[in-house]
Amino acid sequence: MLAGSTQPTPEHLVFMNIRLPRLLLGAAAGAALGMSGALMQGLFRNPLADPGLIGVSSGAALAAGVTIVLGSLWFPDMPRTLGSWALVATAFAGSLLVTVLVYALSQQDGATRVGLMLLAGVAINALAGAGLGYLTFLATDEQLRNIQFWLLGSLGGVRWSAVALVCSMVAVAVGAGFTLARPLNAIALGETQAALLGVPVERVKRFAVLLTALAVGAVTATTGIIGFIGLVAPHCVRLVAGPDHRIVLPGSALLGAALVLAADSAARTMVKPAELPLGVLTAFVGVPFFLLLLRHFRGRL
Amino acid sequence: MNARNQTDFSPLAGMLEVVGVGVEVPGRSLLQAASAQFMAGQVTAVLGPNGAGKSTLMSLLTGQRQPTGGHVYLAGKALPAYASADLARVRASVAQETQVAFEFTVREVVELGRYPHRRHPGRRDVDVVLQAMQATAVEHLQHRALNTLSGGEKARVHLARALAQVWEPVGGVAGDMPVRWLLLDEPTAALDLQHQHRMLQLVRAWATAQGVGVVAVLHDLNLALRYSDRCVVLQGGQVVGSGATAEVLTPFCIEKVWGVVAHPVATQGGAPGPRQYLFDAPL
Repeated sequence: MLAGSTQPTPEHLVFMNIRLPRLLLGAAAGAALGMSGALMQGLFRNPLADPGLIGVSSGAALAAGVTIVLGSLWFPDMPRTLGSWALVATAFAGSLLVTVLVYALSQQDGATRVGLMLLAGVAINALAGAGLGYLTFLATDEQLRNIQFWLLGSLGGVRWSAVALVCSMVAVAVGAGFTLARPLNAIALGETQAALLGVPVERVKRFAVLLTALAVGAVTATTGIIGFIGLVAPHCVRLVAGPDHRIVLPGSALLGAALVLAADSAARTMVKPAELPLGVLTAFVGVPFFLLLLRHFRGRL
Repeated sequence: MNARNQTDFSPLAGMLEVVGVGVEVPGRSLLQAASAQFMAGQVTAVLGPNGAGKSTLMSLLTGQRQPTGGHVYLAGKALPAYASADLARVRASVAQETQVAFEFTVREVVELGRYPHRRHPGRRDVDVVLQAMQATAVEHLQHRALNTLSGGEKARVHLARALAQVWEPVGGVAGDMPVRWLLLDEPTAALDLQHQHRMLQLVRAWATAQGVGVVAVLHDLNLALRYSDRCVVLQGGQVVGSGATAEVLTPFCIEKVWGVVAHPVATQGGAPGPRQYLFDAPL
């Protein structure tokens, strides 16, 4: 990318190596969280569902905590800085493992029961939270700070290779997620009625969980926990444009990306030259926006 | 088999049939060795007291539940042998209660009835949705959110959705002449007096004019006598009567099954019409 005879200006270098990867990662993170939130709310037929419900975030957090705290005991030579490959890989593996566990616990007679999945998710999330709590008890002060920052999320310090990997995964997952729009509309009538309309309900459920685990798992492993986007973006789209998933899914992806980018610009500029944790800002940006919409459209609720 | 030969539709062509079906759940038996036939071009009422197994029988016909014994056949072929996407184009069902998530409008819900047909989308679907809404008199509610409607209005919307789903015959699903089915679990429960009659007149017209097979769980025996050709009476998970409704629903049968004394009443002016009953309050 630096090909050419002229020396690139410092602005160009900053843009290409710092700003652009950060922008792309933020957009991918927001799109993944927004669309996955819409998928989960549609699947659970519950407006309070968010991607974290199936264990994606808590699994990543627990695995990251284990890597940060116990990694130094077991593998003293392993690099454990935030954003290191070891941390990303274990966090991704953790999110997938916990999601598979929640999914397995929700099986009954060869079918996935979303009611069970909801409760299993709540239980497993609590367990992962307790595990993380125990790790913070074991951790040194430096490790504690690392865990805390990981939990609050950040788009900083990412490499092009990681950004390219996450972006391509999210692009595939979001594109595939859009194909679930009409089946999810039918599932709003209930799984029984959806099946009678010819929707392969079990396949839709498995696919939605898989896409959420891959997209949100990849994002969370790279950025840490970015809260609230998955819950709030679908609601905002539904308030403005109605509940049709053909609009809610792409709309939530777009709005999620916009909200994360807005939050990140604020995070970078508010306390210059330091940087606020992104997870704090997504709530600071997302909640007022959401409340504003609630006020404007309260008649529709 | 009292087939009605005066119609153009051979009732056997697409008969829906349960043969010796039993449904067991842990500690309880919901249906025992029940057999019944449902004919194309006829309205069959499923009757019986609360907990008799009516909804269980309906859930076997929709394929939502698999019998623990016996078989369900459609046009001579076992129901699980059909692809659900194919069945969805010839069989629509309205459940006793349907909770719709999110604020979908009436029109959007009725449009979902076209879900199985959308391999060839087009203007046709728009027309079908509008006509289905007109048929159940809900087109004036089309932009309202379903969850803001009354129980009876919701019931009419769900019927419109089911009608849109099986609006026209489709080829090549259940033999040469695929029969369409409407399976309705207590369709009139939430409706006012006028709409009870309108709904049953509508599905009856679909049965006689289009050869659609209608199966409806009903509690009002007078409505069953007026609008159904045949009936299946269930009691304690067993079929205790089936056949032409007027022949099955005798005062003797009603007293035996429901424990209520029924007196036939003369229709106005003694005109020939369906038998109707006046019921004594049970002791």
